[in-house]
Amino acid sequence: MNEGSKKTIKTLCFAVLGMFTFSFALVPLYNVFCEVTGLNGKIELRATNDKNIEVDDGRDISIQFVSHNNEEMPWTFRPSEDNIQIQTGKYHTATFYVKNTTNKRMVAQAIPSVAPSNAAAHLKKLECFCFEQQELAPGEEALLPVRLIFDDELPSSINSVVLSYTIFDVTDYNDVEFTQHHNDDHHADHEMEPSI
Amino acid sequence: MFKKATTSLNKTLLTGFVTLFSSNMFAAWGDLNMTEGVTAISKEVFDLHMLIFWICVVIGLVVFGIMFYSMFAFTKKKNPSPASFHENTKLELAWTVVPFLILVFMAIPASNTLTKIYDDTEGDINIQVVGYQWKWQYKYLEDDIDFFSNLTTDWDEIYNKTPKGEFYLEEVDEAVVIPVGKKIRFLITANDVIHSWWMPDFAIKQDAIPGFINTAWTIVDEPGIYRGKCTELCGKNHGFMPVVVKVVTQDEYDAWVQDKKDAAFRMAELTEKDWSVAELTERGEGIYLKNCVACHQVNGQGITGIFPNLAGSDVVLNDKARNIEILMEGVQGAAMQSFANQLSEVDMASVITYTRQAWGNAENGDGEIVVPKDIVEYKKPKV
Amino acid sequence: MSAVIESHNHDDHHHGPAKGLTRWLYTTNHKDIGTLYLWFSFAMFLIGGAMAMVIRAELFQPGMQIVEPEFYNQMLTLHGLIMVFGAVMPAFVGLANWLVPMMVGAPDMALPRMNNLSFWILPFAFFILLSSLFMEGGAPNFGWTFYAPLSTTYAPPSVTFFIFAVHIMGASSIMGSINVIVTIMNMRAPGMTLMKMPLFVWSWLITAYLLIAVMPVLAGAVTMMLMDIHFGTSFFNAAGGGDPVLFQHIFWFFGHPEVYIMILPAFGIASHIIETFSRKQLFGYASMVWAMASIAILSFVVWAHHMFTVGLPLAAELFFMWATMLIAVPTGVKVFNWVTTMFKGSITYETPMLFAIAFVVLFTIGGFSGLMLAITPADFQYHDTYFVVAHFHYVLVPGSIFSIMAAVYYWIPKWTGNMYDERLGKLHFWLSFIGVNVTFFPQHWIGLAGMPRRIPDYALQFADWNMISSVGAFLFGASQILFLFIVVKTVMGGKKATPEVWEGSRGLEWTVESPAPYHTFTTPPKVS
Repeated sequence: MNEGSKKTIKTLCFAVLGMFTFSFALVPLYNVFCEVTGLNGKIELRATNDKNIEVDDGRDISIQFVSHNNEEMPWTFRPSEDNIQIQTGKYHTATFYVKNTTNKRMVAQAIPSVAPSNAAAHLKKLECFCFEQQELAPGEEALLPVRLIFDDELPSSINSVVLSYTIFDVTDYNDVEFTQHHNDDHHADHEMEPSI
Repeated sequence: MFKKATTSLNKTLLTGFVTLFSSNMFAAWGDLNMTEGVTAISKEVFDLHMLIFWICVVIGLVVFGIMFYSMFAFTKKKNPSPASFHENTKLELAWTVVPFLILVFMAIPASNTLTKIYDDTEGDINIQVVGYQWKWQYKYLEDDIDFFSNLTTDWDEIYNKTPKGEFYLEEVDEAVVIPVGKKIRFLITANDVIHSWWMPDFAIKQDAIPGFINTAWTIVDEPGIYRGKCTELCGKNHGFMPVVVKVVTQDEYDAWVQDKKDAAFRMAELTEKDWSVAELTERGEGIYLKNCVACHQVNGQGITGIFPNLAGSDVVLNDKARNIEILMEGVQGAAMQSFANQLSEVDMASVITYTRQAWGNAENGDGEIVVPKDIVEYKKPKV
Repeated sequence: MSAVIESHNHDDHHHGPAKGLTRWLYTTNHKDIGTLYLWFSFAMFLIGGAMAMVIRAELFQPGMQIVEPEFYNQMLTLHGLIMVFGAVMPAFVGLANWLVPMMVGAPDMALPRMNNLSFWILPFAFFILLSSLFMEGGAPNFGWTFYAPLSTTYAPPSVTFFIFAVHIMGASSIMGSINVIVTIMNMRAPGMTLMKMPLFVWSWLITAYLLIAVMPVLAGAVTMMLMDIHFGTSFFNAAGGGDPVLFQHIFWFFGHPEVYIMILPAFGIASHIIETFSRKQLFGYASMVWAMASIAILSFVVWAHHMFTVGLPLAAELFFMWATMLIAVPTGVKVFNWVTTMFKGSITYETPMLFAIAFVVLFTIGGFSGLMLAITPADFQYHDTYFVVAHFHYVLVPGSIFSIMAAVYYWIPKWTGNMYDERLGKLHFWLSFIGVNVTFFPQHWIGLAGMPRRIPDYALQFADWNMISSVGAFLFGASQILFLFIVVKTVMGGKKATPEVWEGSRGLEWTVESPAPYHTFTTPPKVS
């Protein structure tokens, strides 16, 4: 085999490895790209350390809160207020009511989502119950806060924003040995216990 | 011999074709195109669709015209000496630039319409739409109205045991009701896998993604009943979870809202009332047929090894507490989901009572029934 | 398989092929491996086709008659996977193996032993995939595009075997592409500059680069799935901070170039056949090369047109709409060049030419529906309906598949030394042409009228056209049995072919005997 061929083979193998690595790099790159271009519908799951985003002359916007329990997760979960009027550049605290209505200890993870998606880059939170998993004892209830602000750079075309939280049951993810339910989970048509 | 066979083969083909094409399918020309819909946006989308279509037809006619002409005029017989030209840069440039310009011409109205669709501001009415396997849930955020929308076509129709109704696979127990002329905003998400909410007459299609919210809006000009579909593969009954939206006058809408609120109030009363076994069982049977029959079957026997048999099951016969627990919480690691959020206390009690009474269970078991107050009790904190 | 003749025209001594079945197991000869790939792809085509028959039989009438919805979903998933990864791609690789070395004047592919491995892992992979039908929970049922979380959290246990099979198929494609690129870049006969290469070779050079770039990304996507399913990660699971839409971005970053991978070699084939049967040099060689390269490059920046309804920001939707529309330009250039090649040519209509012409016309129709799909606001009405199904079946069946059939008819005299039966070939063509149009053209209408895809049952207004589509499908399916008969008959005998085979044929493969000797161009030819 001539030298040229050997060189081409080497290059191509590196290209293959490179593209495989690239596909994994797409995961953080997805987030970086979203941040840099502002084309981001995703919300940071951690507290902002932006200082100086408060202003006095912000404009009025309305926030619609929406909640959902993923997979009929049996907690009561609803916003204390469905709809609020706030100003850009000013912090506001909203609360969500949760209650564990079962007789077992459970752990939940709340995931936020915002519409329109280009509002997400302007939403900052000092505090949010979505930053951590929430554990409730049987029957326990709580009022979970989120302290948020929409910075004044929010595009002027946006006058109302929908902030949605979905809670997921992550109790099993907290068990010491990770139990793989997924393939046996709801709605897969395969064997389950024949008697209840 | 082969020649003969070809001729009769040709004859058969021809006859087949004539039969096929002369049937009443041409009566169905009206169904061959996208709907114009009933909103300003849907009409713009339809116009865009037709514009692009006709441009493609014209281009096709020109290009295929030249090609078919060549196919007939330049056969080896008619043109034994082929030409020898094989490049022409000017021509190549021309048929690069001209199509590009045509595309720009198409892109302008397309971009305009898309920008309008994305012009997403507050709605008069906000409805959260949640896709489930395999139904839709609608929550009217202002009025606190919340219901599920299930396919009502009977499985007997689907399995060809009874004739199919007019709105086969397009009918639901509870449609979305909205008023004409008002801006309706849909906030779309999903409960499990990705679904997609499509209303062709409004030109709305947005994916329902678990954990995330998508929005769509519409202002409908004409009252009527409009039917759509789930348009993302979501599991076995993806084809069986239609969308139905009923657009009514403002007065009718207000009356419907009031009715829903009254119904919630009536439901509270129903929960308190004392129910007879017969009443519960009768109500429960209807709920069973809608929610349970797909897995546990009409005869309660389920499917061996996959869906448990309720007729003669130990829990259903002798363990009222566990029976309630299963319906309220689902079964971990199995397909049985919790129905606590989908069934009212009255409906929950009714369906459990039905299963405890039906298929001979009443005689063979402890005879315990479940009343709505039992469900209310279950929901209280247990500390 | 081929009637091999010991060539006496070469200086070196070569043994003929080995005897017996182990010949096929151990061969490193590009012609043998090409044959293996082609037969394998034909078998997969028939199996995938059988699944299509099940699908169309169920859709023949409203109501569930033949299968249950959960099994139907397995059929549609496997049909897609088998046709894409088992029929179309291996067929093109088989053609590459047979033709590329001969067309560039090389004695074989650059890495003959890796070539053997590339082939033999494929039957292994498909055995795993097909055996999943018998596993608990059934075969994969989440569509060939396997979106999460339906394909992760909610998948049957066979998903793990599916991932394994996909990895193996990907490895096969990657190894095959390395072989193609190294052969083309380093083993061309002296005098054959890049711009003198036949267009089929160009099409495969570009295709191979696309494969190198995107198959590893598919591998990444399925590895992430595997990790989500078995190792507690949350790439695509919102609860853990992940995003189901990320899956779609990664998948379609692979998926869109993939569909160009499935059509570029077809473009190469069409150019060869139209040139030969028009007896006129292909019009605009350089533009044809640049058009294929442009299509390939553009294919990397249009992936989200498969995702217009997931909730992308407006700027992204506009970008992807415009970029997608742009692909029509180089594609159009190719169509115009083919037509201009025929214009003032001297045309005869043997079977390969019939398939090639049908390819140009019907692929263009598929391209038109593709352009319509690119228009985002209109796509809101087309997405996930039968309009999309009609589009991609037009570009894949009378597109890719017809080009493969055309290639078989065109080159089989070179491979076997025998002419195929022209009358039967024409019959196969007409039955396939009618079948394909009766099957897929009404699907445009059904989609516009509101029928979603991937459903086993439908509302009554879709009934008439579904029945017609199914009849077309049964006709098309049956016609492929005729094709099988024609191919077997040709392999076994027929009118002897000359080296040139077709009047007006150009290229190095037509300078060797028919059937081509087991080893060709052991001494490189001189190319002017």
